[in-house]
Amino acid sequence: MYAQLVKTAGTGVKTREEMSDEERNFQDRVDRDEKIEPKDWMPDDYRATLIRQIGQHAHSEIVGQLPEGNWITRAPTLERKAILLAKVQDEAGHGLYLYCAAETLGVSRDELTEELLSGRMKYSSIFNYPTLNWADIGAVGWLVDGAAIMNQVPLQRTSYGPYSRAMIRICKEESFHQRQGYDIMMKMAEGTEAQRRMAQDALNRFWYPSLMMFGPSDKDSVHSAQSLAWKIKIDTNDELRQRFVDQTVPQAKYLGLTIPDENLKWNEERGAHDFSEPDWTEFFNVIKGKGPCNVERMEARVNAWEDGAWVRDGLLAHGRKKSAARTAAE
Amino acid sequence: MSKEWPLWEVFIRGQHGLSHRHVGSLHAPDAEMAIKNARDVYTRRNEGVSLWVVEAQHIAASSPEEKGPLYEPSNSKVYRHPTFFDIPDEVGHM
Repeated sequence: MYAQLVKTAGTGVKTREEMSDEERNFQDRVDRDEKIEPKDWMPDDYRATLIRQIGQHAHSEIVGQLPEGNWITRAPTLERKAILLAKVQDEAGHGLYLYCAAETLGVSRDELTEELLSGRMKYSSIFNYPTLNWADIGAVGWLVDGAAIMNQVPLQRTSYGPYSRAMIRICKEESFHQRQGYDIMMKMAEGTEAQRRMAQDALNRFWYPSLMMFGPSDKDSVHSAQSLAWKIKIDTNDELRQRFVDQTVPQAKYLGLTIPDENLKWNEERGAHDFSEPDWTEFFNVIKGKGPCNVERMEARVNAWEDGAWVRDGLLAHGRKKSAARTAAE
Repeated sequence: MSKEWPLWEVFIRGQHGLSHRHVGSLHAPDAEMAIKNARDVYTRRNEGVSLWVVEAQHIAASSPEEKGPLYEPSNSKVYRHPTFFDIPDEVGHM
């Protein structure tokens, strides 16, 4: 999940009696699965929550380029390098689709960027972990993109039109990401003993951070209930995490790798796997900025923004000059 | 003056013979860069054979409040649809 701990604005779900006529009409449209479009009336809290959620999602796509970008120059073959480059370019595209969706809600691109760079808005905790070797690139595609897909597929049905359309585009492209990751893992798992060890090590390090991507349990949260009612959240964090575990277990088995959880076992009664919770203390520390790579990631984004300022300004000045010359000629 | 690049709406013709369709938007300093960025952002997988970009501020749109007055009048004019008219089977395809 690329948007974690998004605070839902407001005080929770209102009863129909508590709602104004406008709010009731809005909720009816959402309940009928009608898409809400930018110029339609919407509750202020719906707008504010969506800006936070889509913004955080967009920031995650952009920051998510960094751990993988680290390996573009170190990819083992030219083909792997071209594939990774295409994947990282997709992530930039996904960030741009999402920023544009957020902007339809009345926030500007620069405001969103400033919120990220000042640390007021977050990105997914997962990107604060390092990619130490090539197997990590496999694990990121397989597990991190796999977890992201788990969250994004249901969001294609979200109530806000521009967000839903961005999700549809993203999901179409995302399955390439997961497959390329799994393909790397298959090669490593079938390779030499050293390669197999690298693959296992990558799984060991990325397993729990991937489970954290869905966020802590929110089944009793009033905020979550409101987001579910607005259909900007479709499943609870626990539901998505369970689905991810159930999907991933046979994939790990095929690779001959062991998921680092002694409590992991099939529960016949539930028809699902039992598994250990990740360390939520670690999760909150990473969110607070104390993860292994938080400082490095933010530095990279701030530098990119500041070092690129003269290019943005120059191109804008050139654009304005050309447009003025055209007006003068008319 | 804002230092943010203007917003452009992007339209793609998916295949020869089809209309251009709105696919999304992006920021760019001028039309030329908007086309280049649109190529990179919206056509990484053969999505199109032609691109249009138009600055978002030049698009006029109907407002949701006008939905009734604008579109309801057509609801009562069912005779505009061919199925309004019963044609006897003997007449054959029409």
